[in-house]
Amino acid sequence: MASMILQAEGLKRHFGGLKAVDGVDLALNAGEIHALIGPNGAGKTTLVSLLSGRQVPDAGTIRFDGADITRLPAHERVRRGIGYTFQITAIYAGLSVFDNLALAVQRGHPRDLSGAVTEAAARVGLEALLPQIAGTLSYGHQRLLEIGMGLALHPRLLILDEPTQGFAAGEIEGFMALVRGLVPATTVLLIEHNMDVVMALAERITVLDQGRVLASGLPAEIRANRAVQDAYLGGSHAGD
Amino acid sequence: MAAVLALTAVGLSLTFGVMRVVNVAHGEFFMLGAVLAWVVAQAVPSAPLGFVAALILCPLVVGAVAALADTAILKRLNYDPEATIVATIGISYILQQGALSFFGPDARAVEAPFSLRLQFPWFGYSGYKLFVVVAAGLVLLAVWLFMTRSRAGLVMRATQVDRNTARAFGINVDRVYAGTFALGAALAAVAAVLIVPIQQAHYLMGHDPLLLSFIVVIIGGLGSIRGTLIAALLIGLSDGIISMFFTPTLAKIVATLAVALVLVFRPQGLFGARA
Amino acid sequence: MRALSLHLAVLALLLGLHFVLPAYHHANLARIMVLAVFAMGYNIAFGYTGLLSLGHALLLSAGMFGAGLLIQHFGLTAAPALLIGTLAGAAMAAVTGLLALRTTGVSLMIVTLMFAQAGYLTLLYFGAVTGGDEGFPVPAAGRVAFGLNLAAEGPRYLVALGLFAVALMGNLALVRSRFGRVMVAMRENEERSRMLGYNPFAVKLGLMALSGLYAGAAGAFYGVMFGYVGATFATIPYSILPLLYVLLGGAGVTLGPLLGAVLMFYLIDLASSHTTVQLAVTGGALLVLVLFAPKGILGSLRERGLASWLP
Repeated sequence: MASMILQAEGLKRHFGGLKAVDGVDLALNAGEIHALIGPNGAGKTTLVSLLSGRQVPDAGTIRFDGADITRLPAHERVRRGIGYTFQITAIYAGLSVFDNLALAVQRGHPRDLSGAVTEAAARVGLEALLPQIAGTLSYGHQRLLEIGMGLALHPRLLILDEPTQGFAAGEIEGFMALVRGLVPATTVLLIEHNMDVVMALAERITVLDQGRVLASGLPAEIRANRAVQDAYLGGSHAGD
Repeated sequence: MAAVLALTAVGLSLTFGVMRVVNVAHGEFFMLGAVLAWVVAQAVPSAPLGFVAALILCPLVVGAVAALADTAILKRLNYDPEATIVATIGISYILQQGALSFFGPDARAVEAPFSLRLQFPWFGYSGYKLFVVVAAGLVLLAVWLFMTRSRAGLVMRATQVDRNTARAFGINVDRVYAGTFALGAALAAVAAVLIVPIQQAHYLMGHDPLLLSFIVVIIGGLGSIRGTLIAALLIGLSDGIISMFFTPTLAKIVATLAVALVLVFRPQGLFGARA
Repeated sequence: MRALSLHLAVLALLLGLHFVLPAYHHANLARIMVLAVFAMGYNIAFGYTGLLSLGHALLLSAGMFGAGLLIQHFGLTAAPALLIGTLAGAAMAAVTGLLALRTTGVSLMIVTLMFAQAGYLTLLYFGAVTGGDEGFPVPAAGRVAFGLNLAAEGPRYLVALGLFAVALMGNLALVRSRFGRVMVAMRENEERSRMLGYNPFAVKLGLMALSGLYAGAAGAFYGVMFGYVGATFATIPYSILPLLYVLLGGAGVTLGPLLGAVLMFYLIDLASSHTTVQLAVTGGALLVLVLFAPKGILGSLRERGLASWLP
């Protein structure tokens, strides 16, 4: 049994009458790629907000690396090693690519900042674009920069919120190779719509529906799960 | 003085509520109303007649100035909240300068339209002050009816809720904004005309009412007219009570700090709806 | 490299002017340099960090009264009084910032305005000690620092230049530092910065205190150098002044406050020598800037790519 890096128990978050997250348990093994899937409105975004600290749960606890972080503010969690990339690209559009990456890189207080920034840029293939103003990059490059900033934090757990949205087919290949290279040093929680990416990358999958965990297990188990098929995957996968 | 305060504050509240604009020049619209009242009073020989003329003319003129400022300046800023504050500071400087240049640095008194004194056995009460309270109350009632019952009020409230949707329904948002800004300023002018016989007109007189209106609007919850009214009454009354125990300066210190703390800890105001 | 040379050239120019300027402009420029330090402090908060305060008069007067009262009532000499006054500005910024920085945008503007107004009224309330609206002259004995008589024209200019030089180079170093990058990040996207592990409240509070340090220094030096301390410096116009300088010169540009202070000072000087319309000039300048050049002179130059290397 691998050691657990993140454990959430009984998480609840309600907005008025809407039960966005309604008693979710989630456990991530250190070094795995874990995918979180579910139909629109299933509560994925809210759950991720609770894990990253952008929202406070109404009930439940979150433990990271053995310590209770339920009440820690978001920036404290980032310092402890939970990196987060935004679903809607949230780079500093008015600053250069160098400054964007440097803001993440300098958290580690490297002696040679520009060397470390170049290295971080190279990981996502942006080293040629360092002086460019981030807002003028193409959409795909902005997505890469977003991910690059998350990676540059050297997080122990990286939460990727819909990372492949807006990628061209060729870019997805590169992205998958990148994520595979992260484990086992980094644990990855992947929120993703593209089922091909999920099935190719994830070691385990958790399915959310209407704020609850519908199923959790290996990709093959999820594929075979009748409830999941009905709720999400649809009839076309029934014969797999 | 709660009544006049409420009038001024409702004007401010209206512009903020509908347009999301904090009008720093509001006190200067008040001042402009007072100064114009003096001008009209000078032009018309009989005091009561001059007063009535001022009550009609001043709000119209001040409202027109406000509408002009709105279309010429605020509209071009796209009503960006922070830019409009800086712009209204600029407008207030210019209005002060205008009053100073054309009106002079001295305070001028305006004669009350009538000087009836109600004598009770234990204290006397100026009939004019009583009239001010009644008049302010009537105007407030009119504003309230206008906002809740009339078509124009409905249009304004619709714009308040969602500017873009209102536009999609064919509402001329630009005109609504100019009208709202003018109405807010006109209310301040009415308040000023009413108060001039009690206080005096002066080019720097806009400062105090502005601060007091800020206090009232913020404590009442920005943009909520009902809250503003309650807060105005509370503060107007408590102002009198506090200043019996403290000096006016201390009372103002307490009041300004109260506003700051309310904004920090209860941004929706004491009576405003939760956001 | 280019930026550093430019800054040093500006300082050298100011030093050269010391020897050639006629007395009237010489005295003006000493005043302008101190006011530019005030505006530089404002620029750190508003231009770089995006904190629009309308209450910097409070920080200016904290420095001024901090230094002035110590000299007046406790017979301190100028050097320690200037130091304590400077720190008083930072302390005042930190204390009010603890509360005010819980708000943002329009609320922040109003809260800072209210704090400054409360500060002004407090000065009036303790008029017996502070001199109220009338203020008080700083005793001649308290205007000698490091063997220099600050009441005399020559030393005064050089001390003003020294203060300005330290402030400007400090500002340049800040902007180029890693912390300077975080400062701009707060302005550009606070939520993103939080998700990179920066605590927005702590960062903004630190910068507000730094801004207060600049304002406090300007207030303390202004009071001691020109020999007068008064509650006028705590009024709203003195909160608007640095905003105006920064908007005119260029927000988020190190040399913006100096340029804005020089231009605005002489614009008002020119206007009031003919008529008494300085209020309208101030108001008009605010409107023109907001409408047509929200980036200010240097900011617009930088934007058009003419001087994209300006820090």
